[in-house]
Amino acid sequence: MAMRFKTVTSPFVLLDTSVGLVMRRVLYAMLPGIAALAWFFGWGVLVNLVIATIMALAAEAALLAARGKPLALYLGDYSAVVTAWLLAVSLPPLAPWWLTTLGILFAIVVAKHLYGGLGYNPFNPAMVGYVVLLVSFPREMSTWLIPHGIDQAHAMTLLETLQAIFSGVLPARFAPDALTGATSLDILRTKLGLGLTVTEVRNSPVFGIVAGHGWEWAALGFLVGGLWLVYIRAAAWQIPSGMLGGLAVIATVFYLIDPQHYAPPWFHLWSGAAIYGAFFIATDPVTASATPRGRLIYGVGIGILVYIIRAFGGYPDGVAFAVLLMNIAAPTIDLYTRPRVFGERRA
Amino acid sequence: MSETGYLKILKDGVWTQNTGFVVLLGLCPLLATSNSVVNGVGMGLATTLALFISNVAISLSRNLVRPEVRIPVFIMVIACVVTAVELAIRGFLPGLYTALGIFIPLIVTNCCVLGRAESFACKHGMLKSGMDGIATGLGMTLALALLGALRESLGQGTLFSQADLLFGEWGKHLTLHLASDYRGFLLAILPPGAFIGLGCLIAVKNVFDARAQRRIKPAVAIAGPREAGA
Repeated sequence: MAMRFKTVTSPFVLLDTSVGLVMRRVLYAMLPGIAALAWFFGWGVLVNLVIATIMALAAEAALLAARGKPLALYLGDYSAVVTAWLLAVSLPPLAPWWLTTLGILFAIVVAKHLYGGLGYNPFNPAMVGYVVLLVSFPREMSTWLIPHGIDQAHAMTLLETLQAIFSGVLPARFAPDALTGATSLDILRTKLGLGLTVTEVRNSPVFGIVAGHGWEWAALGFLVGGLWLVYIRAAAWQIPSGMLGGLAVIATVFYLIDPQHYAPPWFHLWSGAAIYGAFFIATDPVTASATPRGRLIYGVGIGILVYIIRAFGGYPDGVAFAVLLMNIAAPTIDLYTRPRVFGERRA
Repeated sequence: MSETGYLKILKDGVWTQNTGFVVLLGLCPLLATSNSVVNGVGMGLATTLALFISNVAISLSRNLVRPEVRIPVFIMVIACVVTAVELAIRGFLPGLYTALGIFIPLIVTNCCVLGRAESFACKHGMLKSGMDGIATGLGMTLALALLGALRESLGQGTLFSQADLLFGEWGKHLTLHLASDYRGFLLAILPPGAFIGLGCLIAVKNVFDARAQRRIKPAVAIAGPREAGA
């Protein structure tokens, strides 16, 4: 009997990098940040996650069925769940249920499936949903709870939270304005506009050790999860380092020019959605740049845009807008940063 | 060019070659003034009037104008007509004039007016050109009204608000409130809503046309081989 050898071709070392696995890892990596958010902002964070997940799966299933795609295959890749979580984490903890639902529907139906589904969407679906809500419902989107532990206990029970989210009724034992307040970026923006200096603004109780009270711990949680994603190579290191580096450099320049009117770079890095956006939003493999140098440029572009929007624009934070703007630029960046094929001569 | 029947001109202008949904000319006023039904219809009717008069004038002068200078002549004619229309709206419907603002004089730069002059009016007789102007204008009015209805109902939950701008006092009673406690969906009123809405309407029209095509196809398939054999 002739000996038969199975002919094997490269690659010889295979990593399990199915879409489902990568997406599940993103979900695991979000857990520390979500835990911190839930600690400081209460049950609402988790309720939003549940609403968003259910709605995203329902919308995804409906659209897949309408497009005649296999349901089990695409629902099992967790991409809809990741979109749902990314959007839900960005929403205020007491966001009414219809706000979350509308955002998710826009993200899944318009931003994802109208463009051809996973892999074809030019814009980050979660951020499209977020921006639609931010532009259309400015009041609902800027009503943030005061983080736990600032002046009095604001802990709402799960039942009260559900009531607030589904019927819009806030518990009677709190004064109407005692529950919600401006975030640290909001306050910085308003007070600087009134002519106060950064040191005066910093004395407000919403500020913690480096940035917003509570927010800095959520940012730390997302940093831990994000670094793990980079370590296991589920996210490209160039994008977060480019974005945070770009933000830090431009913030430092303005801080050195006039420290009384521009917040210090460490405040910018730890505030708002900077770290969360750098590791979880900007690194979306579908909508980000795909070449090594391109990813660096893409990241730096987001960082600079975030600073410009925060310091000179109309909104307190600008991660969503910055990511969408750089999504538009990503194909062009890729075109001009295409790596040289081995052996190819420089033109 | 073969003879074109009046019915075909009408059908082309309103549906088959609709400026808003098919040819995609004159998108600037289409997107900018379609935030309510009344604004849309007002803009559409103003454009229709301008199209009709300019088409007739250009058709009448088509044998006097040398082809080398035809485009500047067209633009002069269109600019005169639009200025007259603008003055008329300002005189008779001042409310609508304030609501539409700069977009009335901008009808001059609307590509669909120059497009009809170049592709139709300078090659056809006066009656047909006039018909073409009305048909194209009605097509644009239809697009504006549909997009306006979509954006107004989603954006502020009403239909035909401010109808008094167009119809005088009694128009005030036309406003429909679709939901009693509607918060408004600002995106639909803002410019992105116009682009998204137009995209959706074009998609719906394509679905209609594809259905109609499918109904015709079997008949063609049966007729095909017999024709080849004959």
